[in-house]
Amino acid sequence: MITALTLQELDVENVVLRGVIDLVVFRIFRFDPARNDAPTFQTYDLPDTAGMTILDALIHIKENMDSTLSFRRSCRSAICGSCAICANGKNLLACNTQVNDLKKVRITLEPLPGFPMMRDLVVDWEPFFDQYRSVKPYMVARSTPPEKERIQDQKTRKAYDEAAQCIMCSACTSSCPVVWTDGNYLGPAALTKAWRFVADDRDEITRERLAMVNNEEGVWRCHTIFRCTDSCPKKIDTAGSIESLRKKIIWHQLTGRI
Amino acid sequence: MKKHDVIIVGGGLAGLRAAWKVSEVADTAVVSKLHPLRSHTGAAQGGIAASLGNETPDSWEEHMFDTVKGSDYLGDQNAIETLVKEAPKTIYDLEHLGVAFSRTEEGKIAQRPFGGHQKPRSCYAADWTGHTLLHTVYEQCIPKTIAFYDEWFALSLAVRDGVCRGIVALDIRTGEVEAFHSKAVILATGGYGRAFKITSNALANTGDGLGMALRAGLPLEDMEFVQFHPTGLYRQGILLTEGARGEGGYLVNGDGDRFMRNYAPEKMELAPRDVISRAEQTEIDQGRGGEGKDFVYLDLRHLGEAKINEKLPQLRDLARSFVGVDPVKDLVPIQPTAHYSMGGIPTTVTGQVISDEKNAPVTGLFAAGECACISVHGANRLGTNSLLDAALFGHKAAVATIEYLNEADFHPFPEEVMIEGVTRVKWVREANGRESAPKLRHELQETMTQKCGVFRDREKLEECLAKVKELQKRFDDIGIGDRSKSFNTEVTEALETQNMLDFSEIIVYGAMQREECRGAHWRVDHPGRDDENWLKHTIAFQKEDGIELRYKDVVITRYPPKERGY
Repeated sequence: MITALTLQELDVENVVLRGVIDLVVFRIFRFDPARNDAPTFQTYDLPDTAGMTILDALIHIKENMDSTLSFRRSCRSAICGSCAICANGKNLLACNTQVNDLKKVRITLEPLPGFPMMRDLVVDWEPFFDQYRSVKPYMVARSTPPEKERIQDQKTRKAYDEAAQCIMCSACTSSCPVVWTDGNYLGPAALTKAWRFVADDRDEITRERLAMVNNEEGVWRCHTIFRCTDSCPKKIDTAGSIESLRKKIIWHQLTGRI
Repeated sequence: MKKHDVIIVGGGLAGLRAAWKVSEVADTAVVSKLHPLRSHTGAAQGGIAASLGNETPDSWEEHMFDTVKGSDYLGDQNAIETLVKEAPKTIYDLEHLGVAFSRTEEGKIAQRPFGGHQKPRSCYAADWTGHTLLHTVYEQCIPKTIAFYDEWFALSLAVRDGVCRGIVALDIRTGEVEAFHSKAVILATGGYGRAFKITSNALANTGDGLGMALRAGLPLEDMEFVQFHPTGLYRQGILLTEGARGEGGYLVNGDGDRFMRNYAPEKMELAPRDVISRAEQTEIDQGRGGEGKDFVYLDLRHLGEAKINEKLPQLRDLARSFVGVDPVKDLVPIQPTAHYSMGGIPTTVTGQVISDEKNAPVTGLFAAGECACISVHGANRLGTNSLLDAALFGHKAAVATIEYLNEADFHPFPEEVMIEGVTRVKWVREANGRESAPKLRHELQETMTQKCGVFRDREKLEECLAKVKELQKRFDDIGIGDRSKSFNTEVTEALETQNMLDFSEIIVYGAMQREECRGAHWRVDHPGRDDENWLKHTIAFQKEDGIELRYKDVVITRYPPKERGY
């Protein structure tokens, strides 16, 4: 009989075994600052994960196996950005990832890397939102608006369509190796937000925005590793947003605008 | 003790709009159990209504008539008139703040058809309208001076002698309970779909503001009116936007028939939500569900891949990730899902909370958004009117608060409310009983969906009420395994369950007493709308010896009730 324990020892891919047994071992990062202990991993075996998302599995564990497990969640439909975690080394949303799609018998769940730990799978997002706030993440239009809506052509609207869909889950920024080593780097989420407003012709401080990111902790710190784009649950090309900002900066420099 | 002029509880669209406005003149704090960007406004998909007339000529009078008729004549027409008249300005204001609306060929805000609206008046951003509204309004709060208390769980309202003096809240991060002393409080805590098993609502939508109001001795209005949205993803309940039908999608049963021709031959798939949810449930109950099971289908295949990608990208993603079907080539299994609460904390048109059927104000207390009942939605809300309600009345509540602040001062904070909050949290955190709070929650959700759902009758409602009361008793014997003070979600979930058990009793009791069919409240044992006896609002109080119901007249100004056909 194959037990969970032997599975852990084997450390195998499930390709063969999944047909033989139906068991997934969740290895989950545990940390409680109130207890002053070092973080540990705890394992939970789930016999039947068909049709289950990772969030379903976490809720199942919390309600039936270990009520002390803490994690964030809310909408469970991939729009609120609460449940971003790191599963088998890849950042994703727990709510829209099917357990069985990971095709593993052992799934390690950890808090998002690169942020301070708070408890179990919960991280402290303050540094992330500090970066966000630092790029003036709001439209600035000082001219008097018309009585009705501002007119915007469909082509311009399309230019920022993707960036505007960012849910601020932080999966991208947390997956960036540059962010891990350089706490001052703005990171892909904040830069994508900057691009969202640069690409929107209703915003009136393009030059200021480009100046904000045209420095060594801004767009030029990006090493085009593409882990950000790869980890975005909304399929936003965050690295592409950074690239677009760079192009815009160079274009503005070439044409003498900055 | 924290101290701010104004405390806003809830960081969704209504709360943030209020904060944005109030912070112009007052020291403002937003207390939310989630980071505001995680609020459920972000999940709204299809649009926000206003008679801009960008696609076809439109008028506020038509918007008003549609809303009154949609409400099954229970909506207060003075409030509805305010809603529809100020809608265009609200949309333009939001556009000026940076909302990413989709555009017409001339570059105006694009609009599409929606259920119950005779004109295409849903202003949208593809199928992520709520997301862009939430993010834009939050973004615009950043340059303002607003204190954000993210991940603080509001426990109670400090109301004494008819005056609100602040709140008591739990810091989820540290487990500490604190008093927030203020001149005014605006409640914007959202809905409570989580009282039901199948729901489109976020796990956070547990109606905490309603529990707070009840514990402060305040009544709730029209709680028996719960909207079931016709297109919840099968078994998950996850919302698939009505915009899918606005773009031309069909509903078909297991036999492949567009069954709406038998229920609403004129409006078909664009009838209001209550009508369609009942049609679906009837098809299912009569054995014409997909594969003979408890779902029917949303059929978008004829729209084509390009249109689906452009107008309904999120819907396609949701269908693929959660049920593994691709709307471009597959039928999508759907079922009615608990979606919206028409009832809530009674307020006047300005957002002033009232404490009885005679409109006596609770000084210093305001409410807006889904937690409030103004009542603009009456017995059934039309799609796209909720984002409008939240944005517009969030703003209006702020205006009323600012006016109130002119003469308001800090009133002494009642110590006993703080002590009660501390005691309650301590009791939950140390609870040692035999019952599991999640189990009680599941039992509540099961009974509410089974017995207080799309179709109701006295027998089922009586069973439901008995069950809710039983669960309330069993809650006293819960046991909690997590004693930690740091981010203890077992404790906050138990507090949420307690709130849901409290107000659910009112939903069921109100439904039991209302012996008629009106909007979303459908009594199979009392067919037909009964204007003679029931053209009135329910005002429910939770008293020591049970629930007391009082009633209040509906405000009718322009459109007297008539038969409602689609």
